[in-house]
Amino acid sequence: MRGHAGWAPAWRKAEPAPQYDVVIIGGGGGGLSTAYYLAKNHNVGRIAVLEKGWLGNGSIGRNTTIIRSNYGLPGNIPFYELSMKLWEGLEQDINYNAMVSQRGVFNIYHSDAQRDAFARRGNAMRLHGVDAELLDREQLRREIPYLDYDNARFPVQGALVQRRGGTVRHDAVAWGYARAADRRGVDIIENCEVTGIIQENGAVTGVETTRGRIGAGKIGIAVAGSSSLLANMAGFRLPIESHALQAFVTEGLKPLIDNVITFGAGHFYISQSDKGGLVFGGDIDGYNSYAARGNLPTVEDVCEGGVALVPMIGRARLLRSWGGIMDMTMDGSPIIDFAPVKNLFLNAGWCYGGFKAVPAMGHCFAHLIAREAPHEVAAAYRLDRFAEGKLIDEKGVGAQPNLH
Amino acid sequence: MRIPCPHCGPRGVEEFLYTQDAEVTRPKDGGAAPTKEWTDYVYMRDNLKGPRKEYWYHSTGCHAWLVVTRDVSTHEILKVELP
Repeated sequence: MRGHAGWAPAWRKAEPAPQYDVVIIGGGGGGLSTAYYLAKNHNVGRIAVLEKGWLGNGSIGRNTTIIRSNYGLPGNIPFYELSMKLWEGLEQDINYNAMVSQRGVFNIYHSDAQRDAFARRGNAMRLHGVDAELLDREQLRREIPYLDYDNARFPVQGALVQRRGGTVRHDAVAWGYARAADRRGVDIIENCEVTGIIQENGAVTGVETTRGRIGAGKIGIAVAGSSSLLANMAGFRLPIESHALQAFVTEGLKPLIDNVITFGAGHFYISQSDKGGLVFGGDIDGYNSYAARGNLPTVEDVCEGGVALVPMIGRARLLRSWGGIMDMTMDGSPIIDFAPVKNLFLNAGWCYGGFKAVPAMGHCFAHLIAREAPHEVAAAYRLDRFAEGKLIDEKGVGAQPNLH
Repeated sequence: MRIPCPHCGPRGVEEFLYTQDAEVTRPKDGGAAPTKEWTDYVYMRDNLKGPRKEYWYHSTGCHAWLVVTRDVSTHEILKVELP
């Protein structure tokens, strides 16, 4: 009613102080949510978030916005379900409209064997108290009539549905957590790239940055995509390769797809944004990359998958595509653990599934940093699970990051 | 991205599969080595920016295994050798 006049900045442009009790490296979803839950749930003193670019320019602002907790392994299900519960209360908690939309996630199956695997996954979810529903072909057809049910190679047989899954406005998640953390006294320092991690007697004491030296009692790394680079500064290696993932959006269309649909015979997932663009993605490009762009054969592969499942999107025009860098771990699951250096903590390895985990990764990482003990639902995300053989490999493809 | 295969000439990246880092070396004593050595070989990676050596497999071409030196920051192919 006031013509959008009088908007104040949502968070202060903080200047770096010489010393903080906790410094979080990375102003993406993980770093901002960690800072927020540290300030809200734990009494740890002064907190800063250091972001090398501007807030929200990394994966938090480039992803395909899907949330779900339809995992199949014990180490994963409770963690992602905590995340889903936090999404359900997020907007009230941070007092920010993140457009959380539980429109349902439909995983389509195309064979008897895949139906059985999905039934097993759905049962595992329900045993953990997560909602899951198995639809047969005719039940699915009543809800989503436009799939290519009689495709000669990939006939649609039905779907595993998580109705509480859906989408969230990704930028609003960054802005909302930033504003809520700022209101609780967190310094969010943008354009401040960490160039070195200072150690004394085997413990971290601060960071060198492009805006000078900043002392820290504890440091949390939350820079998925660049985790190995930060680990290298601190003198250790990680079971991670950095890979490029592309995402795509079409021109704006009238309401068409009112849920999230994934293709079971290839790798393709699609939803429609509130602006009307069809937002979709598929596989990572498959080789190591720090260039935030992909190659055309993957574009072709993703579009082929899309047209095989939803032929009508072949008529839509692709508006833009972009790439981002993913921390692909050796088992496809993340790491929330102590780093091998004292007072340094690690939140890494989110592969291409970090967005849905943002609330829980912050909640659990804050718990780890503040109490120096893992949160119970993230206790399996240990760094030493690779040496111990306690991998969390949902796909079962082994130590081959580009296949997860 | 195109990779100049020593057998087939320059071919599109869709003909090749990236398989793994060629900078790690397999422990020589086939299982008798301490676990840390095997953990480092199987799981741990430098994963830094700049030129790196990688194993690529020419899966829809001559089926050769190649050692490709590639700048992972720019995707530039610097060198292709047979292992």
